[in-house]
Amino acid sequence: MAEQYATRLAYGDALAEYGSKEDVVVLDADLACCTMSGNFADKYPERFRNIGIAEANMMSIAAGIATTGKNVFASSFAMFAAGRAWEQVRNSIGYPRLNVKVVGTHSGVSVGEDGATHQALEDIAIMRAIPGMLVVSPSDAIETKAAVKALMDYEGPAYLRVGRIPADIINDTPDYKFELFKGYEMREGNDAAILATGLMVQEALKAHDILKAQGINARIIDIHTIKPLDEEIVLKAAKETGAIITVEEHNILGGLGGAVAELLSEKCPTRLLRIGMKDEFGKSGKPQDLFKKFGLNADNISQQVITFINK
Amino acid sequence: MDATKSKSLRETAAHVRLNALKAVVSAGSGHIGGSLSITDILTALYFHQMKVDVKNPKWEGRDRLVLSKGHCSPALYGVLAEKGFFPKEELKDFRQIDSRLSGHVEISVPGVDMSTGSLGQGLSAAVGMALAAGMDKVDYRVYAIMGDGEIEEGQIWEAAMSAGHYKLDNLVAIVDNNNLQIDGQITDVMSPYPIDKKFDSFNWNTIVIDGHDMDQIIDAFDQAEKTKGKPTAIIAKTVKGKGVSFMENVAGWHGKAPDQTQYEAAVSEIEAYLEEVRG
Repeated sequence: MAEQYATRLAYGDALAEYGSKEDVVVLDADLACCTMSGNFADKYPERFRNIGIAEANMMSIAAGIATTGKNVFASSFAMFAAGRAWEQVRNSIGYPRLNVKVVGTHSGVSVGEDGATHQALEDIAIMRAIPGMLVVSPSDAIETKAAVKALMDYEGPAYLRVGRIPADIINDTPDYKFELFKGYEMREGNDAAILATGLMVQEALKAHDILKAQGINARIIDIHTIKPLDEEIVLKAAKETGAIITVEEHNILGGLGGAVAELLSEKCPTRLLRIGMKDEFGKSGKPQDLFKKFGLNADNISQQVITFINK
Repeated sequence: MDATKSKSLRETAAHVRLNALKAVVSAGSGHIGGSLSITDILTALYFHQMKVDVKNPKWEGRDRLVLSKGHCSPALYGVLAEKGFFPKEELKDFRQIDSRLSGHVEISVPGVDMSTGSLGQGLSAAVGMALAAGMDKVDYRVYAIMGDGEIEEGQIWEAAMSAGHYKLDNLVAIVDNNNLQIDGQITDVMSPYPIDKKFDSFNWNTIVIDGHDMDQIIDAFDQAEKTKGKPTAIIAKTVKGKGVSFMENVAGWHGKAPDQTQYEAAVSEIEAYLEEVRG
């Protein structure tokens, strides 16, 4: 069994590991213990400020700090970082194009037992709708650390989406290379292409094996940068496979599925299946049970892919 | 403050009023009432109080201003043009499609420290700047101007709490207490009173002044600078539309431009005032 490592923990570890640069400032809204930004706070207390339970204030404070030339990471649960503080992110950070990294942890239904009020399923859509906002959703701890490192070198507003639960390490391969803006092909295949993001990449990889046992070769592409979308890799997959499946722990409206649908319908109309939350809220339960219930585990995904390509 | 300096600031404020009126009448729209109520404060900040460098607007050691009530861009652009951050001629293009002077304040304009417009966010941004000064151990000061209607926004009080918590004595918040908001008297729409006691309870030093009296304005800034371990809130009692008699204390002048006749009447009144100040 693969080593397990939560992407939120990787976020906190990466801040501590790469945060030695004097311009890096980290803020949290009374969740440093959960977003794991506390790991940075322990190491660099002089460059960490807890803003308390006030996400709107935190985002505008982040903007003010960024005007002085600093690179600010402001984290909370995705529901509040992206949701509650959306208009602050839009007007105080996005419009003046300030160098703030909005970080939403505990995204998707895999939040688990805390239930629907804490399961952000709209954050990709609303962050993506802000002009100039980069949206990054890494697949495992290794990719999260690479993304944090890359965002430290990126100047401008960005949204980083990570999850709560310990998740498989899938990128511990010698040839793994993270590039912002680039999709990452993890498995070859020409019968269909599964474009997945976040923790769904792990399920997609397992689905690949299930499908392969049935003679279906599904290409697996990790879309960690949802905006701007790597058009080249998506269009190539569309042309070579003729069947695209998107998988995300997010509403199928406006997220990865939405972004891919927009691209394909304009540049390369292709059969498309969007797997994700079907315009519904989550609920309490164990993460794996929720994946199963909402059609997001490897078994569900592979079944949906088979039905789709046989239509 | 000596009488000559005070007189010179009053003269400058009259020119800033003319600039603001010019911008609004040229655009045919804009927020003149609340601009005129903060003109004296802005003039005192840029022509007396704040360390700024017109030749190097992004100078790292500068004092900063966040005009949280960003709709009062005519006043801020008026004072920045008067100071020489950009040519006064640009004011006539205010709100036009090819102009950099948009309806609400934008950071891309020389001399502007933060984009604002969506009410309630500017004090937080100012808190961020003040926190950054502390991290860098530099001594610049940060000023934020809010409307009295604006402080109905809950985020203002989140920001007030955080500034008190972090003992930001390099931060000064100014409430433009002109008693009017778009829909009428603030006491009728949603009373924020008592304003000074609210800031006091969030661990701020508070000062109540006449926001059109240059001596009181400058004195309040001095007191704020001497106050250690606490941010300072200056509650400035002001008159919306100050300086143009037919605009004074009329909510209807919140967001409307004068026509040509009204503009000429306003200019004459301010010019007469200028003559009076000059003696």
